[in-house]
Amino acid sequence: MDLLTTKTLAISFGDNRAVNGVDFRVNSGEVLALIGSNGAGKTTLVNLISGLLKPDSGQIIFGTQDVTPQSSYQRIKSGIARSFQLVNLFDHLSCADNVALPIFSREGKSPKLATLASRDSAVWDETHEVLRRFGLDHNATLLAGTISHGERKLLDVAIAYALRPKLLFLDEPTSGVSTREKAPIMDIVSSIVRSGGITVVIIEHDMDIVFRYSERIVVMHQGSILADGTPEEIRANDAVTTTLIGTHPTGEPAFGDGSNAKH
Amino acid sequence: MEVVAIHALNALLYSSVLFLIAGGLSLIYGVMRILNLAHGNLYALGAFVSAWTIGLAVNANAPAAVLFLLLPTGAIAAAAAGAVIERTLMRPLYKRPEEYQLLMTFGLLMILEDLIRFIWGPSPLTATAVYAGVGSIPIGDGRYPGYNIVIIAVGIVAAIFLWLFIYRTRFGVLLRATSQDKRMASALGVNVNRVYIQAFTLGCFMAGLGGAIVVPSQSAVLGMGVDALVLAFIVIVVGGLGSLEGALAGALIVGVVREAFITFFPEVELAVLYLIAALVLLVRPAGLFGRV
Amino acid sequence: MIVNATAPAALPARPVWRSLVWIIPIALLLIAAPLVIDPFQTLTLTYGLIAAIGALGFNLLLGYTGLLSFGHSAFFGGGAYAVAFMVKYLKIASMELFLAGSLLASAILSVLFGFVCVRYTRIFFGILTLALSQVLWSLAFKFFWVTGGTDGLRVPTPTLLGMSPRDDKMAFLAHEYYYYVLAVFAVCVFIMWLIVHSPFGKALQAIRDNETRAEFIGIRIRRYRLVAFVISGLFTGVAGALWAPLNGLASPDVLVWTFSGEIVFMTVLGGFRTFVGPIVGAIAFTYLKTYAVGFTVYWQLLLGTVLVVLVLALPTGIMGAVERLTSKMKKLR
Repeated sequence: MDLLTTKTLAISFGDNRAVNGVDFRVNSGEVLALIGSNGAGKTTLVNLISGLLKPDSGQIIFGTQDVTPQSSYQRIKSGIARSFQLVNLFDHLSCADNVALPIFSREGKSPKLATLASRDSAVWDETHEVLRRFGLDHNATLLAGTISHGERKLLDVAIAYALRPKLLFLDEPTSGVSTREKAPIMDIVSSIVRSGGITVVIIEHDMDIVFRYSERIVVMHQGSILADGTPEEIRANDAVTTTLIGTHPTGEPAFGDGSNAKH
Repeated sequence: MEVVAIHALNALLYSSVLFLIAGGLSLIYGVMRILNLAHGNLYALGAFVSAWTIGLAVNANAPAAVLFLLLPTGAIAAAAAGAVIERTLMRPLYKRPEEYQLLMTFGLLMILEDLIRFIWGPSPLTATAVYAGVGSIPIGDGRYPGYNIVIIAVGIVAAIFLWLFIYRTRFGVLLRATSQDKRMASALGVNVNRVYIQAFTLGCFMAGLGGAIVVPSQSAVLGMGVDALVLAFIVIVVGGLGSLEGALAGALIVGVVREAFITFFPEVELAVLYLIAALVLLVRPAGLFGRV
Repeated sequence: MIVNATAPAALPARPVWRSLVWIIPIALLLIAAPLVIDPFQTLTLTYGLIAAIGALGFNLLLGYTGLLSFGHSAFFGGGAYAVAFMVKYLKIASMELFLAGSLLASAILSVLFGFVCVRYTRIFFGILTLALSQVLWSLAFKFFWVTGGTDGLRVPTPTLLGMSPRDDKMAFLAHEYYYYVLAVFAVCVFIMWLIVHSPFGKALQAIRDNETRAEFIGIRIRRYRLVAFVISGLFTGVAGALWAPLNGLASPDVLVWTFSGEIVFMTVLGGFRTFVGPIVGAIAFTYLKTYAVGFTVYWQLLLGTVLVVLVLALPTGIMGAVERLTSKMKKLR
C-alpha cells in the first residue's frame, strides 16, 4: 500500500534542476533507503516532502490527501516528520526538554501558558520512555549542546520520533559519527521504528548500513530516480554501481560482489 | 519658479548631508554587518572639531582661505576616532553574535555624547565666518546662500568619489568581496581585519565630513548626533542597508519629502518620515537597493 | 543568535523550594524597606521595581524568544501617556483604572506593532521596532496640544484601592504607593514565572534556539512570537503606568529610542539568560543611573563605559557572573 507518492515533483535553483520530475513512492511499513551521490537531490526531495521547500511543479500525495499546498506545520499534523543531516537541536534546553517539546506540540499543549510544564506527568513519562529507548536517559538533564556528537544525532532522531509520525525521514542519521558508533545508532533506530510501526526513509551514504538495514533502495542521480528495488536488485544493477558506487582501478565494482553484506 | 528652485536646492542640500552620514552608516553595515548606533555622534564630532578649529583660526585673524582649509579637520578627527574604536572595541566582538556589537555601539553613543560635552561644553559652536565668507548668489529676484551650493557640491563630489573608490579601485574590490563573503575573502588571502578597519574609518570619515560641512550653516549643538542618526536610519531603511546607491536614493527621497512636508504640514514632518521607513520595512524590508 | 554566545554548564533542575531560601529574605527586606531606609532611597527602590517589571516583560522577548527589541519605550511611554490622558481628558484618579487603561493601550499598540514586527528577526526586527516607536515619539512631540509636547502632561497622585492619598506626597509615595508597586511587582513576577515555565514558555525557547526545528515539531513561529510580543508589551505598559504618578509627569523622554536602549542595557546588565537577571539588572541600573546623575553631569559617559565593559568582559551580566561563581564554589567543596 502506498503511504506516500510524489507525481512529477520538480524544483530548480536557477539553472540547476535539483529535483527533476520525480515519481517517488513509499510503501506503508517499509524501511527505505534513499541513496545517491552528493547533489543527486536526495535532501532536496526530503525538503520538498517535509515542506521546507515549495516545489515548482508536481504533487505530493500522503495517504489519500494531496498535501502539496500544506505548510510544514500542517504536514507534521498529517504525520510526516524528519530529522536533519546537520544536527538541529534546541541547544540551550535539556535533552528531556528537547524530547518533551514535540510531545507537548503533538498533544496540542504547546499554547498553554498558565500551567507549569513540569506538572504534566503524562508528557514527562513519555519523554523518559523515549529517552530510555534511545539510550539517552542518563543525559536527561544535560543541555543538548553539551552532549557528544553521536548522542546529538540520536537526539535529533528522537525529537522526530516523539512526534509519533506515520512517515519518518532520517537525513543521514549516522553522518559524522565514528564507524564504531554507527551500528548501535542504527540498531536503536531500526528497532524503535519497527516496533512503532513507523515507515522510515533513510538518506545514507554508508553502503554497509544501507544494505544491512533497508528493505528497499531508491537510487537518485542528478535529480531523477535512477533505480528502485531490493538491495539485491540494486547491487546487481550495473548502471547504479558505475554511476554511484564507482569502480576499482581494475574495473571491478568498488563495493565488491556483495559477499561483505550481512543480513 | 524661483520658489521651486529654492525648495529644490534646500532639498538637495539636506540630501547631501544625509547622504554623507547615511552612506557611511550603510558602508559600515554592508562590509561589517554592524549597525553603528554611534554613527550620529561621529557626525557631531566632525561638526564640533571643525567649528572649533575654525573658531581658533578666526580668533587668530586668519584669512578666509585658511578657514576653508580647516573645514575637513572634523572629518579627519572622526576618521581617527573610528579607527581607534574599531581596533580596540569592535574587533574583540566579531566572533560574537551581532547583537553584542549593536550594544557596544549604543554604549559608544553615550560615551561620545558626553565626551563632546566634556571637551566643548554645553553651548553650541559656530563657524558662521565660513558661511558668510561665501556670500550669496542671485536666484530670480532674491538671493540664496552661496554656502548651501558648496554643501551640495561636496555631496555630489563625495558621491562620485565614493562610487569610483568602490567600483574602480582595488580597495573597492576587496571591500565588496569582504562584504559579500568574509570567509571566502579571507581564504583567498584578503586581510579581513585590515579591510574592516579601513571600511569603518571611511564610514566615520564620511559622517565627520557631513558634520564638518554642515556646521557653518547650522552650528554644532549637543544632541545633533542622536537626531542625525535616526534620520540616517530612515535613509538607509528606504534606500537599502549596505548599498551606496540606496543611501543616495534614500537621501534624495528623504530630502524631498522633508522639504515638502516642512513647507506644507510641518507638524507631521518627522512622523511621516518614520512612517515611510516603517512602510518600506513592511513592504520591502531590503529597501530599494538593499541586499539583505 | 545572541543567546548562543556562551553556553552555560549543565544545570540540573532545581526544585522550587530551594529557591525559597533566598526569596524569603529578599521579600522580607523589600517589605521592611520603607521602615528602615529614608524616603528618597525608597523612591529609588520604587523606580527600580517599576523598571524591573518593564525589564521582565522585555526579557520574555529577548532571553526566552530570542528577539531584541529596540522599541520597548513605545509600551512604557504608551502606558504612561494612557494614564496622563485618563487624568487630563477623563478626569480619572483611580490607580486601578490607570492600570486597566494602560493594559488596554499596551494591548492595542503591541498587537499592531507585533503583527508587523514578528514577520522579521534579528536586525530587521530591531530596526522595525525602533522605527515604529519613533513614530509614536514624534507624534507625542508634534501634537503638543494633545500630549503637552516636551513639557509633558501632569500626573497627580492617584487613589489606591479607592483610598485617597494623604497630603504629604513624599510620604505617600514612599509608603502606600511603594507597597502598591511592590504588590503589583510580586504579581507580575509570579505571572511571568508561570508563563516561562509553561509549555508555551518552552515553545518560545525552542523558537529561540532553533527556529527551523521548532517549526518542524509543529510550532507556528509567527503566532507564538506575536503572543510573546503582546505579553511583553503588556508588562512594560504596566510599568509605564506605575511610573507616571511616581514621576508626576508623562513626557516624551520615555518614548524616545534611547530610552528603549536603557531597557536593553538594564536587562543585559542583570543577565538576560536567567529569570531574575532582568530584575536584578533593572534595580541595579536604576541605582546606578540615580547616583551617576547625582554625581556628575557626565553620567552618560559613566553609564556608557559600564555598558562597554559589560559587553566586552561580562556578557552574561551580573547573574551570569553569580552563577559562574556559585558553580566554582560548589566544585571546591
